Order: sequence, then C-alpha cells, then structure tokens
Amino acid sequence: MTSELDIFVGNTTLIDEDVYRLWLDGYSVTDAVALRVRSGILEQTGATAAVLQSDTMDHYRTFHMLERLLHAPPKLLHQLIFQIPPSRQALLIERYYAFDEAFVREVLGKKLSKGTKKDLDDISTKTGITLKSCRRQFDNFKRVFKVVEEMRGSLVDNIQQHFLLSDRLARDYAAIVFFANNRFETGKKKLQYLSFGDFAFCAELMIQNWTLGAVDSQMDDMDMDLDKEFLQDLKELKVLVADKDLLDLHKSLVCTALRGKLGVFSEMEANFKNLSRGLVNVAAKLTHNKDVRDLFVDLVEKFVEPCRSDHWPLSDVRFFLNQYSASVHSLDGFRLECGGTIWAHCNLHLPGSSNSPASAFQVAGTTSVHHHAQQFFLYFQ
Amino acid sequence: MPGKLKVKIVAGRHLPVMDRASDLTDAFVEVKFGNTTFKTDVYLKSLNPQWNSEWFKFEVDDEDLQDEPLQITVLDHDTYSANDAIGKVYIDIDPLLYSEAATVISGWFPIYDTIHGIRGEINVVVKVDLFNDLNRFRQSSCGVKFFCTTSIPKCYRAVIIHGFVEELVVNEDPEYQWIDRIRTPRASNEARQRLISLMSGELQRKIGLKVLEMRGNAVVGYLQCFDLEGESGLVVRAIGTACTLDKLSSPAAFLPACNSPSKEMKEIPFNEDPNPNTHSSGPSTPLKNQTYSFSPSKSYSRQSSSSDTDLSLTPKTAPYPQGPRIYLCPSSPSLSCGSLHLKKSCLLLSESSLTPHHSSLVSPVLRKSVSFSEELFLAASGMGSGSAGKEGGPFKALLRQQTQSALEQREFPFFTLTAFPPGFLVHVGGVVSARSVKLLDRIHNPDEPETRDAWWAEIRQEIKSHAKALGCHAVVGYSESTSICEEVCILSASGTAAVLNPRFLQDGTVEGCLEQRLEENLSTRCGFCHIPYDELNMPFPAHLTYCYNCRKQKVPDVLFTTIDLPTDATVIGKGCLIQARLCRLKKKAQAEANATAISNLLPFMEYEVHTQLMNKLKLKGMNALFGLRIQITVGENMLMGLASATGVYLAALPTPGGIQIAGKTPNDGSYEQHISHMQKKINDTIAKNKELYEINPPEISEEIIGSPIPEPRQRSRLLRSQSESSDEVTELDLSHGKKDAFVLEIDDTDAMEDVHSLLTDVPPPSGFYSCNTEIMPGINNWTSEIQMFTSVRVIRLSSLNLTNQALNKNFNDLCENLLKSLYFKLRSMIPCCLCHVNFTVSLPEDELIQVTVTAVAITFDKNQALQTTKTPVEKSLQRASTDNEELLQFPLELCSDSLHSHPFPPVKAVTVEKASPVGDGNFRNRSAPPCANSTVGVVKMTPLSFIPGAKITKYLGIINMFFIRETTSLREEGGVSGFLHAFIAEVFAMVRAHVAALGGNAVVSYIMKQCVFMENPNKNQAQCLINVSGDAVVFVRESDLEVVSSQQPTTNCQSSCTEGEVTT
Repeated sequence: MTSELDIFVGNTTLIDEDVYRLWLDGYSVTDAVALRVRSGILEQTGATAAVLQSDTMDHYRTFHMLERLLHAPPKLLHQLIFQIPPSRQALLIERYYAFDEAFVREVLGKKLSKGTKKDLDDISTKTGITLKSCRRQFDNFKRVFKVVEEMRGSLVDNIQQHFLLSDRLARDYAAIVFFANNRFETGKKKLQYLSFGDFAFCAELMIQNWTLGAVDSQMDDMDMDLDKEFLQDLKELKVLVADKDLLDLHKSLVCTALRGKLGVFSEMEANFKNLSRGLVNVAAKLTHNKDVRDLFVDLVEKFVEPCRSDHWPLSDVRFFLNQYSASVHSLDGFRLECGGTIWAHCNLHLPGSSNSPASAFQVAGTTSVHHHAQQFFLYFQ
Repeated sequence: MPGKLKVKIVAGRHLPVMDRASDLTDAFVEVKFGNTTFKTDVYLKSLNPQWNSEWFKFEVDDEDLQDEPLQITVLDHDTYSANDAIGKVYIDIDPLLYSEAATVISGWFPIYDTIHGIRGEINVVVKVDLFNDLNRFRQSSCGVKFFCTTSIPKCYRAVIIHGFVEELVVNEDPEYQWIDRIRTPRASNEARQRLISLMSGELQRKIGLKVLEMRGNAVVGYLQCFDLEGESGLVVRAIGTACTLDKLSSPAAFLPACNSPSKEMKEIPFNEDPNPNTHSSGPSTPLKNQTYSFSPSKSYSRQSSSSDTDLSLTPKTAPYPQGPRIYLCPSSPSLSCGSLHLKKSCLLLSESSLTPHHSSLVSPVLRKSVSFSEELFLAASGMGSGSAGKEGGPFKALLRQQTQSALEQREFPFFTLTAFPPGFLVHVGGVVSARSVKLLDRIHNPDEPETRDAWWAEIRQEIKSHAKALGCHAVVGYSESTSICEEVCILSASGTAAVLNPRFLQDGTVEGCLEQRLEENLSTRCGFCHIPYDELNMPFPAHLTYCYNCRKQKVPDVLFTTIDLPTDATVIGKGCLIQARLCRLKKKAQAEANATAISNLLPFMEYEVHTQLMNKLKLKGMNALFGLRIQITVGENMLMGLASATGVYLAALPTPGGIQIAGKTPNDGSYEQHISHMQKKINDTIAKNKELYEINPPEISEEIIGSPIPEPRQRSRLLRSQSESSDEVTELDLSHGKKDAFVLEIDDTDAMEDVHSLLTDVPPPSGFYSCNTEIMPGINNWTSEIQMFTSVRVIRLSSLNLTNQALNKNFNDLCENLLKSLYFKLRSMIPCCLCHVNFTVSLPEDELIQVTVTAVAITFDKNQALQTTKTPVEKSLQRASTDNEELLQFPLELCSDSLHSHPFPPVKAVTVEKASPVGDGNFRNRSAPPCANSTVGVVKMTPLSFIPGAKITKYLGIINMFFIRETTSLREEGGVSGFLHAFIAEVFAMVRAHVAALGGNAVVSYIMKQCVFMENPNKNQAQCLINVSGDAVVFVRESDLEVVSSQQPTTNCQSSCTEGEVTT
C-alpha cells in the first residue's frame, strides 16, 4: 500500500509556525520530519511518524504555493486563493523576509548579481546555513533592491510599502540595499568584528546625512546614492591637517577642553596629529569610487586601530570626537558644514574598538551616538 | 415575460502576463448570456485594467434567466493572431431572481481557466430587473427558493411541508462527442462546464415548477448530483423537499433586543387550540408541547421551536413537569368574542399555581396580544396536571389514519430533511434502504429520460414499501446516490421510516391555513423512539422493552436512523463517529455477468457492514445510530462498503449488553485462554469507552420498569433489499436467527480478524470528538472558531496477493490514518469536535482507492462541557434559576431564535446576550457583517446548517458550482498532490468569491458532492472534476462588538483601499 496522493485543504489555510521555520531554513521534508521527531512532538500528540510525514509534506506544499505570493507581499493581501487571517499574513511575510545575521554579513556590500549568487555554496558551507535558505535570503535582497532601486521617496518607506515589512526589518533592508548599491567593502578580516547591526546603524545615518535626499528634502528624494557634491566638499577638510597652524590650534583647543576628562589624555595628546590626519585623509579621499568602497576599511585602519592599540575606552573616544568636531567649529573661517557628519560616523566604529562584545555596545552605542550625531548635525547646519 | 439583465465590467487585477515581450497584457472582456455577446474596450498594456464599462443589457425570458449562466470571458487582444483566452467566470444569476435573496452581485471573481487555474480577478456588477409573470402556463419558476440545508432554514418558519420533489435531465457528455477528438482540452472542458451549468439551471427550474404546482414556495434539502455515465451520457438529477416557508418577520439581529413585540411573541409556546375546552377532554399533555401557528398573517410569526422549558413557564412547585400553557390561535369566524377568551385565559392562568415571576412574564404577552386581536385570540388553558401521555392504541390509530390520508396523496412520502421542526417527527421506525444494479445504455432521446426515471421510481417504490412494512407512512432523511464503473451502475436510496405529524403536511391552501386542526401533543422527549409498528406483528424479530423515559410505550433495543439527532432527545454522555469499512474482491467481468456478480455480492456486504456497525456500537456502549450513511462503491475488481454514523446513548432505549465471544472448540485449553483474553479485552474497551464518552446512565430500579433489564438479543433494524435489472426483490433478514446476537463466534481466522479489527479502532486523542451529524450530542457550548476542510487520499494497492483480508486491512488503515492525520493537523484547536465528517470512497482505477473527507472542526469550551454531564433534570433546574435571575433585566432575550435552533446552552446564551445591550448603541443598525467591506472579506464555510456563536440573518441563494481542471504538466505543478491541493484551494476561493459578491459572509450546508480525479502520470496529465454546493448566507456574530474591535486594526487599511477600487 503506497500513498499516491495525500492532501488537506482548509477553508482557512493552516500555517504551522514550526514547520514554516523549518521550510524557511531550507530543510528537506525528510530532514524536517526528523527534526520534528526529535522535538518530541510524537510523544506530545501520540501521532505516528507517517502522520508527521504527511503533515509536513502538506505544509511544505502550502508554503510552496504561497511562495509565489510572498515575492510580492501586497498580492498576498489581495489574493483570494488562501484565506489567511491578517495576523498570520503578517507573520508569513515577516518570517519570509527575515535573514540570518551570519549570512547577511557575508554578502553585505557585495553586488547582488548572478556572480555572487554562484558563491552562495561557499557561504552556505561557511555559515552552516542551508543553500536553499541562502538562496531565499539572497533573492529577497535582490528583489527588494530591484523594486526600490529607481524609486523616489524615503527608502525605508518604499520598502515598507512594497513589502509590508515591520519597521525594524524595513530599516535593515534599507541598510542592505544601501550597502549593496554603494558596494562598501565589509568582508575584510579587519572588519570582521563588526556586526550587521553596526553597519546597519552607519547606513541609517549615512542615508540621513550623506545622500541626495538628506541634502535637500525638496528635491527628488534619492536615498540610495551618496551626494557627490558633499563628498567633493569634504576635500576641503584637508586644510585641517595641511595647515600647520590650524592643526596646532585645533589640537590645543581639543586638549584644553579634554584635560582631566580623558583617561587616556596623554596618549591622545601624543597621537592627536596622527589621528586627525587619518580622519581627514579618509574624508578627503571620498571622491573616488574605490575609496568610497573602502571607507570602513580605511576608518578602521586610520583611526580605530590606533585608538585600540592605546586602549582607549569607548567613552573617551566619544569625548574626543565630540570635542574634535566642536573645536573645529571655533576655528576661524572654517567651513564646518561637512566635518561633523563624518566624525559622527567615525564614532560608530569605536564600540568595537574596545574589544567588547559588539552586541552589548550596539544598544548603548546606538542611543548615545545617535544623540551625538544629531547634536553635531544641529551645530553644523 | 422578459427580465432585463444588466452587467458592468469594472476592473481586473493580477492578470497574467500574456505578452512576453512587454511583460504586460492587453485585456478585454466578452460578456455572454444566451446567444447575445457584448465586448468591452481593450485596455492596453496593463495587468490591472480598469475597463469601467457601460451597463451591458440583456433582455431575456425568465426561463433563460433560470437556465443560463452569465458567462464572462477575459481575453488578451492580439492584433495579428487569434485572441488568447485568459480565463472565464460563470455567474449563476439565480439568487437575483427571488426577492428576499441578493439584489445585486458585485465583487471580485477569480478568473478561472480549466488548464491554468485561477489567473487574476475581475470585478463585475450584475443586476436583474424582473417583471411579474402572470402566465399560468409559464415554464419558469422564478421566486422559488432553494436551500441545501436539510432542515428548515434558520430565519424561516415552515407553514407546510409539502413533500418530495425530484427531477432529472440527461444529455450527451461533451467529452464523449465526436467533436472532442478535434477540439482542445480547454474547449472540451469549457463545453462540459457550461453544459452542466445549463442542465442544473434547467433542473432547478423544473423542480421549481413542481413546487409551484404543489403551492409551495421553497425547496429545502435540495440535493443535486451528476452521474457521469461516460459513453452513455450525463445525468443531472435532484431531489428535495417542497415547503411553504414564511420569513420570520423580525430579524432580531437588527433590532435592539429589548423592545420588539414580535420577539416577545416568540417567548410563548403558542399552540393552536381550535376548541378551548379540549383540555378537559382531549389527549393529555405530554412533557413538551411545541407547535406551530398557522396564521396567514406575518405580523406575529416567530421562531418555530420555542418550548416551554426554555420559557421557564414551568412552575417548579407543580408536582408534574407540565405547566400551564398559553395557546394562541389564529382568528377564526367562530371565535369572535376576544375579550371573553382573554378573560378566561387570565382566569385560567391565575388558577394554576403560578409563581409571581411567571405572571410577570405572561402579562406583557397578553397585553401585546390584544394589540393583534383582529387576527389573534389568546386562549389559555391550564392543561395537564394529568399524568403523562397516554397515547393509547386507538389514538395512535387515529393519528396513523390522518397521516396516511395526508401522505397517500403523494406518490412518494419522502423528505430529504434530516432535522425537523419540533413535533413533526412522531415515531421513527428504522433505516430503509434499497439498491439496484443496472447496466447503462446510451440514452437515445435526451428529452425523454424514461429509463433513468423508471429506475429511480422503482427504487423509491421499494423504499416506500419497506417503510410500510415498518408501520410507517413516510421516509425522512432520504437520499439517493449512484456508483458507476464502466457500464455498471449501482443506484442506492436510503432513508428512515417514520411516522409524522399530519399537521405539517396538509396541503397548503389559504383555507388550509385557516382550517382548524386537531392538536396532538405527541412530541415528547422519547416519543420518536417508540415503535411505530404493531408489536404483535413486527416486520422483523426485535426485542422490545418499555421506554426508559416514559415507561409507557415500547421501544426497540437499538435504533438506526439516517436523520440528525432530534434536538429534544435525551442523550446520555457524548456521541462518537462509528464507521464500518469493508472490501470485497470481485472477478473482472463484462456487462451482464458483471452486474450479476455485483448483485450477488451486495447482500453479503450489507450484512457485514451492518454487523460491524452493530459490534462497534456495542463496543462503544451506545444504543443508537444517527446520520447513518452506507456507501457501496463499485470498481473494476472490487466492491467497497463504507458506513458512517454517529453513535449515541439514548436515555429512552435500554442499556446495551456487552459482547460475548464464543469459541468453537472449547476443549482446547490454550484456545480457551485466548478467547477469554479477548473477552477481557473487549470488556475493558467497553468500560473505557463508557468512561471516555461519559456514558453513565442513571441506575433504574427494576420495580419501576416492571420488567428486567432486557437481555440483549436482537439487533436488526435495517430492512433492505437488492434488485437487479430483473426486478427481483430479495428481502434480507439480518437478525441472527434466534440465538443471542451479541455472541461473536470465532470459528475461523476470518472471524478472528473481525474481532481484532474491532479492537484496533483507536479512539481520537483526548480533547477531540467526532461525529457525522450536524451537532455532537452532549456538547453544546461551541465557541466561534470553525475550520472547514477537505482532505483527499489515494492509495495504490500492491497488486500482488490481494485477498479480502489484506484489502480490508488496507482500507481500514487508510481511513484510520486519515482520521489520525486530521486530529494531528487540528491539534491547535483542542478541545474541538469534528462535525459532519463526510467520507466518500471511490475507485478511480484498478488498484487505487480514493477517500475524500469533508468536515468542520469546531472548538468548544471545555469548562462548560463538563456541566453537560449533569442529568437533564438538573440542567433544566439550573437553567430555570438562571432565567429567574435574568428575567427582570432581560426578560425577552431568553428565548431568542438562536437558542432554540442552536444547541447552545441557555446559560451561556444569556451571558452572551447580556453583553449585547452595551453594544447596541454602537452597532444597532449594523446590517452588513463586520468584515464585508474589507478587501478579502472572510467567508466562512461549513457543512453545518448553522454557524456557532452567530445568527444567520439572511439566505442569499444557493451556490451550486461545477469545475473541471486539467493539466498536461503534472510534474511541474507538484505532482498529483500539488495539482489537487491547488485545485481544491481554488474551488474554495471561487465559492468564497461568489458568496462575497452576493453580499454574504458564509456558506452553510456546504458539501463537496463530487471529486472525480483521474491521472495519467506517464503522460504527465491529470484531470479533476469537482462539484460543490451550499447556501450563501449573511450572519451576524452574537458578540459582534469584540470581533469588530479585534479586527479593526487590520481590516481598516484593507477596507479603505478596496472601497476605493470598488467605487471607481
């Protein structure tokens, strides 16, 4: 006796969250059944393995049919074939577009092309995420990218509108799309300590402050591309390190302000010139595409690593950067508009610099740094 | 006289890409009705076209309106080649043809293609202007309402139940016409879909004509079936019960519950009493007294099923449960002095020992009634302090005579109803069934389908004679079915022989309504169990005892019926699904020889099915089966029998005895041991089941009964016969002679197997119950969560060494596993009950068995469920006290319609309704269901006739749809499972869309009548035909308020965007 056909269709489509998870994680039916057996479901319900197999197959079939709709979530809301309560619909979409940190960290900043897709095998072996799941996540990134690429208006809003994602997830997708568009290098070994959350935070600030949309909200809102003019302007920061007097003046201003407040004051004083040079050089180079891509690598090399070697605590770094940009403000005849913003970003990378678990910093860093960033922004606008 | 049909094509969405180059579609729409076609403009390059067409007007005969479906075809315009069809929508406009149903069909319909499935949606608005037709010789029957529901629909009242209507039409099957060889599969499928749509329209119209002839206005329990006879043609046949229905004038849902006079009227168990003095001389009143009013006036119509217990009119001080009664009778010329009667009634009321709160309840009624006094008179009579029903022999004879006269005018006194207004069913005899094996031949003249008519007439005649043998004049819960394999066809009919109350059967003329009728108060809690036949002249040997409830009448030891459990029946514990499954191998043969072989096998199958049912019933410790449905399916090389029923313990019937096992060779020691081991296992199972289903009948002292608890001896209540083409009728006596019926003899391995299989049926996991009737006896506190589902399984038998045992085991496993799967899938709904579990078996090919199950899972409240184990007396006391508390505050809500018609406990209902005055302010005039205007409004589907926790306020018309789906890329669509899964989901979607377009939010009495699946994996092809039907309704939640508030956030955004789309 073999089963030829075995289906179950409910008027309200049954969604089993556990099976959905397994399906999203890319397990085959056999693997999924094995995992479910291990979870002890048979004992709980008194079912047999055959029942479990049939149930799993059935759910997989349903998900397979739903997948087409999940590619365009608004369709899921309007379709008539599956009657699914709204809360379930939201859950389906949210889970489908959720991604693994480990995976996103691998592809962040890479071009979402066929070539990258071919490398998914390696990523799969490296991260231990099934290839199927990798493909789904990659395709999700690509799909979102394609849809919002040419779109006007706020990036996050666009994503939310077209994919019905939660606010948090939409922000993450905005970061991914932004990184993919600007192809920031994130895969270098030096940057490995940074989590996706760190990058996402940077992306958000950069979208807010560095993009065309940030400069002039009246204009066509393009959140994807960096404002070329702004990058051009950054060149003029060079004067801060090129002009010896200015450099000294700046240093003395910062030192006076921070004297006694910094635990690593002497190191700071000794290194000020180096640090300042590093920062300004990174900023000035941003007119070249290649250097833009290496922004994060450069920042880590030129600023974060020196600080780290001197064992700067995070709070000190923040104080320093605050003061560093604040002092520029009081320098004569200096165009201040741009400087602050880049330092705000530099600031971000310090959480990692003190060698603490990145995640712990993420929250603290986000709130406080955000606060600072806004302050800076206010000052310099 | 013509009607005018108006159609407007608004927009499309989610259309498929038809032009690969641009990834877009240039869509336009053809609207066709009859032979007239209109076209919209081409909407270029869009997947979401906005046609916004003018109104297309068709001027057509109402005959055509009934027969023809509106056909909407969406096409892709192509300048150079032929236009490509995207898909079609067939809309049955029948619901627009009667006034009380829908007025407009408007909404998004899935565009369906028989090859590709659903491809986008189209928004259509359809209206009909109908002119009155006074032509006596008309061929149309517009205005006759159709209901699939096999009981009187909830917001109607049956004035007269006329009886059986049937009709069949035949045609050639387009699939087998010569032209099919040259046309595409799509064209062929569409021809078939259209033909069947036409035929069912015609059938419905013809049945409507018959109903009008009988002076009825509705068909209830309408069941339409297709017989795909292959080469020999296509038969569409339908049966139903003609009724005269009256709409209950006040749909209570729209009125604030507290001050509706009509509602107030409903509180009272009205009774027609032609002669106010009968109480002194007439028959004494039994426990329950529920009757109908036959007033032609609509002004005081009310829910039919009010009963005095619900009313708490029953004085608790009275020594007998009978209370004073208020009889309301329609005006009649002889009773002209209203005041006199009123006075008298007051007098009578005061005479009887009424507690204060009773009179407080009664007095407003009296007052209200006076306002109706032009039509009504109120006469109260303090009936029945006398002892309970003494329906003696002469009285019974009188009743029989009356019924007979009412029924004998009819050719077939059959009723397709399975649930009845209280008082309708007097006695139930037992199941009657008839089968006949026929050889199909080509239907030569489709206009004269004489052979098929004759076949059915023959079978019905047989059923009628069986019923007569059981001392019954009518057959209720009647149904017909066929099973076809090649050119052999088994026709089956079955029903429950019964004696009915003639009051409902009088021919419905106006005079008939006014006519004074004799009132019998026969409906007691146990009345229907009492034998209708003569004790001394029993049609079959049966063991009778005095009824355990009233102790006056004889009852059989077991009762098998095809109907639902009457609402007033006293049941102990819970019920459960009982199935008998059976396979028999058969030699492959041709034509005549094949038919003979089958008809030779049939009696044995019936016998075994019956034995299995009986054994399983005993094993469950129960004594009655309801909703029995025996399906015999014929295949190439085997016959399958599947019987499903719901077992219950009826308090009125004797306690079932156990099962005894006897071995043939008592000398063998080890064998003996084995036997005793088995015996022990059986006894344990019975005990376990009794506990599981909470069967603990009250101990009855023997003096009261006057006879010892009966030795279980006899078991057969099935009377059946087979006939083959030769008209030879064989009556089969299923009683096991004179020996004790419950002794199972184990004399060979077969018998051993049988006993084993008895014990292998595992009970459902805890928290689950199942039944195949409308409601689960013993559970009456449903919560509102329901999940209807269809599950299909096909297994392939290994062709090697097929024996009957192996087959049986395979089939048994298939069904058991299917049930287990369902329990597992629905585990999140625990505690819940699978209701109306409907199994269908078919044998599509040599070694394939297909089982289709449709059922609904309903959750219930566990805590309250525990209370139901209390005895009925306690319950009514408990209820009465609740009534007391609530009376002053909500005097009029206690007996609102739903309480009677639904199995909700009064305690709960009161609390539910208590909340309603709060909500009234906000939702008083909410006529639309809460989510009707959201994009994809939720449409519930259920095979039941009601929706738990909700009130049906309007019936919008019958849904009867037929779909074909074919694929030539089976593997790509996910194999057979993927194909069928998608198709069934699409069918559900189309049903929901049609209901939503009619303005409804649920389908009740939903049934999948056919699911014919054929595959050819080698060719990568499959085809499936599905036929579904049901009643589209509007329901309103009793707890409207909470639902709305919980849905608000999500539906809001949806509704806002669709409203925009719809209004454009």
